[in-house]
Amino acid sequence: MIQNLIDGILTGSYLSLGAIGLTLVMHILRFANFSHAELLSLGAYCALVFDALVTALVPGLAAKLGPLSLTWALILATLISMVLTGLSAALIDRLVFKRVREKGQELSMVFASFGMALVIRNVIGLIFGLSPELYSKDIAFATILSRDPLILVKPDQVFVLVAALLLMLILHLILSRTTFGYALRAVAENPSLAQVNGVNLARTIMAVWLIGGGLAAVAGVFYGLSHQIIPVMGRDLVLPIFAATIVGGIGSVYGAVLGGFIVGIAGNLALVILPSGYTPSVPFLLILVVLLIRPHGLFGEARA
Amino acid sequence: MIGVISYLVFFATTAAILSIAVLGLNLQWGNTGLFNGGVVAFFGAGAYGTLILGGTPQDGHLGGFGLIYPAALLGGMALAGLMAWVVGLLTLRLRHDYLAIATFGVAVAFENLMRNAEWLAGGAKGVRGFERPLRAALGDGFLYNLLFFIVVLLLLIAVYLFLERLVASPFGRLLRAIREDEEAAQSLGKSPARIRLTAFVTGSVILGLAGGLYGTFYAFVSPQDVLPTLTFQIWAMLIVGGAGNNRGAIFGAFLIWGAWTASGWALSRFAPIEAQLYTGSMQFVLIGVVIVGMLMWRPQGLLPERLVVSQRGATPLAKQGE
Repeated sequence: MIQNLIDGILTGSYLSLGAIGLTLVMHILRFANFSHAELLSLGAYCALVFDALVTALVPGLAAKLGPLSLTWALILATLISMVLTGLSAALIDRLVFKRVREKGQELSMVFASFGMALVIRNVIGLIFGLSPELYSKDIAFATILSRDPLILVKPDQVFVLVAALLLMLILHLILSRTTFGYALRAVAENPSLAQVNGVNLARTIMAVWLIGGGLAAVAGVFYGLSHQIIPVMGRDLVLPIFAATIVGGIGSVYGAVLGGFIVGIAGNLALVILPSGYTPSVPFLLILVVLLIRPHGLFGEARA
Repeated sequence: MIGVISYLVFFATTAAILSIAVLGLNLQWGNTGLFNGGVVAFFGAGAYGTLILGGTPQDGHLGGFGLIYPAALLGGMALAGLMAWVVGLLTLRLRHDYLAIATFGVAVAFENLMRNAEWLAGGAKGVRGFERPLRAALGDGFLYNLLFFIVVLLLLIAVYLFLERLVASPFGRLLRAIREDEEAAQSLGKSPARIRLTAFVTGSVILGLAGGLYGTFYAFVSPQDVLPTLTFQIWAMLIVGGAGNNRGAIFGAFLIWGAWTASGWALSRFAPIEAQLYTGSMQFVLIGVVIVGMLMWRPQGLLPERLVVSQRGATPLAKQGE
């Protein structure tokens, strides 16, 4: 039970990171982006490539950091991946979503994102193959926190949680303390009014994609550290991330953070009463419960 | 020769069944503007419902009700409608994202449940023990398939005529009114949430009918038949054919199913042996590109919706003088 709770918090940390970007996009561009989870796999594979590249160029960076299976090379690769995934997200918007947005209605965007998800997922599969990859082939040993009840924590998991919380803190400071943060919130509230006040809409949308893509890349790497990297990981992550945004309330960054942790914990606690095969259904059940008792989520507000 | 004809009948039966599904989706998306991200769940509910209700008793899973075929098919359709009603009730009052996400979730949960719940529908092994109706009298050969095709075709025509009349009726105008301007419809005393729910459930029942026929055709259904792939295929059919146009929906179904079958055949025939594992991925990239490309360059589809003005306003003043 306690073990499930701990695992759930750790799952929650990468779900939250994924959900933040998704909720921002859904708030500002007003469409459910089904291809957001593919940004996580894009980020994970991008980090895999640069990890190998950095290790080959500077072998000294391949040393492990203390008890972690993480290396400096992977940290560097993750930072590169954040930038590249963010740029890819902005590029996909420029090439596809922007055109669809100008042509059709909001719902066409949902469609386009369905199509993009298929394309990204399968192109990754074609390039990297369908078999799973790992950042480190070594077995990560878990530290025993307590023997009765048996509680195991991997050092990597602690790192993931701390790093995720740190990133969320940085994002919080940006959103609440900087002019850019105000501009972002202004655009979400009322795009026309924000533009009248001199906020550059196109640049703000670009920034949302950069932030969303960057956080998704980290989330993807963390998912890869905790599980494995496979081309279909986006397919398995899309519903939990959507559930996190709905639980938190679409558009609320803090809601997405909390929602991610709730979805992660619920999924792991469900293992206590349900066979593990049913885990993929848990996010859907959560969505149903939220829609029944609090349709606009924990922090969301009604908006047409 | 008979081989070619029997293959054509097989192909046309599948395409006609999928056309019925696309028509159901067209009522939801094309006419009402409802995004159903879990088409396959309602299709699957129809298939599973029909086979379980009409099947013979099986060890280990639900079944053996042995209903006569039409009743089993209606039961499958009712199951699809019931599922749509529950999801619609919870989401149709909210902004449109919720329906998209919730229906997507239904599809994930449905496939997950069917795969795991052996007591319910045989789990990964699927539902067995279903006898195709009139098999004893007609056998399993070409004759049966031909007659089955004719029945499917008649049902397709019936669904088409029903939807054409529905769309032309006051109810159809109401659907479009809500799609175009919800507030305006509301100001005329209409209840958008209720109308949307009606359209969503009706569309899902039609999806259930398609699923029921699909299950009957193969006399078998398993979780492999309710993968998200089918949702994408049915979507692509509607977008390519032309959302809002029932003829476009049928045209798109035949076109995309033909392209899908042909590309699968070509890839398995001509692609190098080491690439065979990836033919699925290539087909998915193609279908994704088709969806995105259509939305970018021809969002109205090949056969666009014919917009009708049901009541013209007064003639402009300048023309009255002439």
